Amino acid sequence: MRVSTPYKVFRVAALIVVVMTLLAPLVWMATASLKTNVDIYDVAKAVFFEPTLDNYDTVLERANYVQFIGNSLWLAFVSTSLSIIIGVPAAYSMSRFAMRRSALVVLMARVIPAVSLLVPWYYVFSNLRMVGGFGVLVLSHMFVALPLIVYIMMGYFDTLPVELEESGLVDGLTHIGAFRRISLPLSMPGIATAGILAFIFSWNNFMFALVLSGANTKTLPVAIFDFVGYASIDWGGLMAASTVVTVPIMVLALFAQKYVVSGLTAGATKG
Amino acid sequence: MDASTFTRSRTGPALAGWANQHRKWLFAAPAMIFVAVLIIFPVAWTVFLSLTDAQGSVRAESEFIGFANYAEVLSDTARFWPAAARTIAFTAVVLVVEVVLGMCIALLLWRPFKGEKWVRVAILLPLVATPVAVGMMWRLIFDPNIGLANTMLGWVGIAPQPWLAGQSTALPTTMLIDIWQWTPMVVLILLAGLTSLSEEPNEAALMDGASAFQRFRYVTLPLMMPTVIVAILLRGIDALKTFDILYATKGKGGGSFHEVETLNVYAYGLSFDYNEYGLSSTVLIIFFLIIIGSMWALTSRKKARD
Repeated sequence: MRVSTPYKVFRVAALIVVVMTLLAPLVWMATASLKTNVDIYDVAKAVFFEPTLDNYDTVLERANYVQFIGNSLWLAFVSTSLSIIIGVPAAYSMSRFAMRRSALVVLMARVIPAVSLLVPWYYVFSNLRMVGGFGVLVLSHMFVALPLIVYIMMGYFDTLPVELEESGLVDGLTHIGAFRRISLPLSMPGIATAGILAFIFSWNNFMFALVLSGANTKTLPVAIFDFVGYASIDWGGLMAASTVVTVPIMVLALFAQKYVVSGLTAGATKG
Repeated sequence: MDASTFTRSRTGPALAGWANQHRKWLFAAPAMIFVAVLIIFPVAWTVFLSLTDAQGSVRAESEFIGFANYAEVLSDTARFWPAAARTIAFTAVVLVVEVVLGMCIALLLWRPFKGEKWVRVAILLPLVATPVAVGMMWRLIFDPNIGLANTMLGWVGIAPQPWLAGQSTALPTTMLIDIWQWTPMVVLILLAGLTSLSEEPNEAALMDGASAFQRFRYVTLPLMMPTVIVAILLRGIDALKTFDILYATKGKGGGSFHEVETLNVYAYGLSFDYNEYGLSSTVLIIFFLIIIGSMWALTSRKKARD
């Protein structure tokens, strides 16, 4: 459909406003992380200032952030991998055999307020002496990742034609063999989508680690609060910490843009 | 592992045959058991706790007190009802703004144009940014003394606002933050819906001399309604449960005057700051019923349409 010239002009102007609004705060956070606390307070130095990496020194050295970065990475990786291992076959089964009610059980995890799960979890896991350990964090983050993976992969398997597997059966494969050697390889783009999205949500998750992590298993979103004091806030350190959490996941999302968008919009057009 | 270990099991064809026959449940069971164990037991316990006076350590002796907690919570006009009202106000406002704004932006992005890639990047960034960090970032921008927001207001001659620091301005300010972070989500969903629409109805309307607005109102919008409802459902569930942004900007209890305390924040505080397990469970159950109720209302409206 053709687009008229006045509309084109209006569109460019509107989109510039949209892009600025979305990007400016992030740029502001990043620049503040490069300022001294004195410069952050100085309006005159809003744009022109002498950049310093002092805040990053504070974050990386004093606040033990290297360990927290490792915690977040490892946690997101392990919980996503395990969720793929049990989630993909489940999604396959639920798609092929139209197990809508069983799927609903898994998807309930998206709807229930996390707090209502945390009290019983906390009780049980502290009795098992697991609170503060890595295992309980993996379980809780799998709880975030698994429903996402099942939801996205169910939609993906719905679009894979059954005929491909049937031809495998004719060639002498068993049903499980056909899944493993035909459907599974074909579903790799879907698994990439689901995995990347699960990784992002696990990385960003805050509440589970807030309650269940210990001093050594803290994740980055929880560690940010080390820079918020009762009386005062170390703004430079806080913005550096926020940048350290946000930038890696944004870079991942940019490289995997296609997958992230298709994951976030999964199921949207089917109504 | 070689593929043949799956297709021809070492323990003989009997086991492989059994596995093949029962693959439906074999595949689905691990994920279902995992979620069910982590959900069913906690939910059952939450229901049980809501009927007791559990306090302090969960292990402590607690007595069965029937529906006394429900009576207490439902007659609590100091914390519960304001929190419930805030939850609904927060969700309603951000949903309306995000869907209207999201539709406008999605329409802008609908037809191909130069630089499309860059706009898509800008839309993706807030979406994947860590919500706690986003809260902290806006906390600096909205700081009454050193924040960029008041500096910019100063340029156009508007008096500085207290933003997050003010008792009446804090909740609207958190809504702005939520709108900044999640409108892009609505844009992505609606854009996916728009691009999958068939062009023919729109072209036919153009032939009949319909204006751009008429084409949107009478052709595009009705066709987009299912997608709009999906967006409202997905965003609505998350908006009701908003926690990260509120905790990052105002801390425990939704601020010293509970000015941004929603049901989720209230229940969290009851559970983990005050160890009032009985009461918090009651709040959570009422909260959960609200979520289920609003989802049900939306999906049944959708079914009625179909």
